[in-house]
Amino acid sequence: MNWSKSAAVRESCATPDACATDPQQTLYERLHHFAGGGWILILLLVLVAGFWIARPAQFGSTYNLTMLAVNAAILLVLSVGQTYVIVSAGIDLSVGAVLVFSSVASAQTMLWLSGEPAGTFGTTSGGWGVIAAGLLVAVASGAAWGALNGALVALVRIPALIVTLGSLGMALGLAQVLTGGVDVRAVPDLLVTQVGNGTLLGIPMLVVIAALVAIVAAIALHLTRFGLQVFAVGSNAEAARRSGIRLRRRIVSVYMLSGMLAGLAAMMSIARFSTTTINGHAMDNLSTISAVVLGGTSLFGGVGTMMGTVIGVFIPIVLLNGFVILGIPPFWQTVAMGAVLILAVWIDQIKRRVRQG
Amino acid sequence: MSAIPLLEARSVSKRFGHVQALDGANFSVYPAEICALIGDNGAGKSTLVKILSGADRPDTGRILLEGREVALAGPLAAQQMGIATVYQDLALAPDLAASDNLFLGREIVRGGVLGRLGFLDRREMRARAARQFARLSVRLRSPRVPVSSLSGGQRQSVAIARAAMWADKVIFMDEPTAALGVAQTARVIDLIRQVRDQGIAVVLISHNMTQVIEIADRVEVLRLGKRVARIDKSAATVEGLVAAMTSAPAREEAA
Repeated sequence: MNWSKSAAVRESCATPDACATDPQQTLYERLHHFAGGGWILILLLVLVAGFWIARPAQFGSTYNLTMLAVNAAILLVLSVGQTYVIVSAGIDLSVGAVLVFSSVASAQTMLWLSGEPAGTFGTTSGGWGVIAAGLLVAVASGAAWGALNGALVALVRIPALIVTLGSLGMALGLAQVLTGGVDVRAVPDLLVTQVGNGTLLGIPMLVVIAALVAIVAAIALHLTRFGLQVFAVGSNAEAARRSGIRLRRRIVSVYMLSGMLAGLAAMMSIARFSTTTINGHAMDNLSTISAVVLGGTSLFGGVGTMMGTVIGVFIPIVLLNGFVILGIPPFWQTVAMGAVLILAVWIDQIKRRVRQG
Repeated sequence: MSAIPLLEARSVSKRFGHVQALDGANFSVYPAEICALIGDNGAGKSTLVKILSGADRPDTGRILLEGREVALAGPLAAQQMGIATVYQDLALAPDLAASDNLFLGREIVRGGVLGRLGFLDRREMRARAARQFARLSVRLRSPRVPVSSLSGGQRQSVAIARAAMWADKVIFMDEPTAALGVAQTARVIDLIRQVRDQGIAVVLISHNMTQVIEIADRVEVLRLGKRVARIDKSAATVEGLVAAMTSAPAREEAA
């Protein structure tokens, strides 16, 4: 028995605040937590600094930096949803296909509401009402695909890898059925000029939308009960279930969120390219997964930060941009990304082993 | 020992197919005591614990909480009545901090609009967690690091502190020190005593007879689905306990 020691401990924790404050959490640990591993932020800064120093006029130009952000915007919105799914110990391979389906459904709706025949080329005169209807269709169809994914994972208990691989095929196939494989190439002029090419206070509208999505999603993930429960589900589903968290509902809601964000990304894609891009999203799932994992989110679930994902999204985009500016064949970006991804997962596993050892 | 048991099983039977797991078993635990529940493999310990913690339903028999008959519809219903179980590994989310684990499923939200939006009051959660750890003399390297980076003993302490936070009557502990080293075991045993001293009854399932004699106030012995002995701390010896578990006639003594 050790009553004397117990008494001493009690004394040192006499006030709750004395125990609540945490002198042992160093600045490094805080940074580590914030940036999801730290090293990936350093890698991004090194890349940016390197390209900037090598070609200050081209890489550092306002135009180039703006284009970097615009290129990242759609991928970021998809990656935000992917972050939630992976933190909950799931995976969503269907994001790109759901984007394609949502964009087709939305573009066809907007075309029909504008009274234009199918096969119209260019832009239509659809107003904000038509655009709102298109957005609704895009987000609702994304939510429906997400609900299907979530229900199959949580209720039927089919592995997420298989469920979302299946829905990838179904969503892409149905998009091709709806269009006969030909892109819908006419969208409201307002959408293209105001959203796709529009700016707010000098910032491209697509970047504003993506930033807002990322900020709201980061707050929800890190500061709310919903977010904490997503972490708990990913960390130990059985413990979460036993402590009264509605496990199935959480899983379904996470996949629905990913689907809805794919629907929003579909609208952004239509606005940017003024056409659907049926064949342009085959790599979106792998791009988002590598962005999320690069950002320090663990593929095993329970660990991750939204800030890390934002950094992870920019790595491949900055790499490609820098390689093009330096005159390195851009195909090397694919090679470099593959290597960085393997490195990121390796580091995640080392961190796990160190912690559990 | 007070006259009315805090939690009592009367003539509880449970059959799984051809296996009679419990055969009219009685069991009682009194307020603020550490009661060891021992028995050989297959004696019915885990079935009894599952029934008393709401995870399973008995075929026949009655369960009384503070002298009143209750129906434990499920683990959550049992928890709401003040009965909790500390499982060996499954209790915690390893990637979450100790304070977050303490409030898993019962998170504290802020007041007002932010609370309605589900914003956590992490400061309050940390403060209450710190008070709970202080009350039970649980000392952690840091309440903010993930539980997985704590030692096995500290993890078990967090799990016990969590149960003691939400169960004010009975906590079942299934082999709480099975995976721990000597020093960590001593600390967890200390913690179990602290929980009892808070006025919570502890039912300890253990195969370690020396440990049972060291910390239990009373021992109840199960054999072939029946209670065959109730032994007071003063009368307990390792030989006596082993004999009761294995060789004593399987008769149900008057409760």
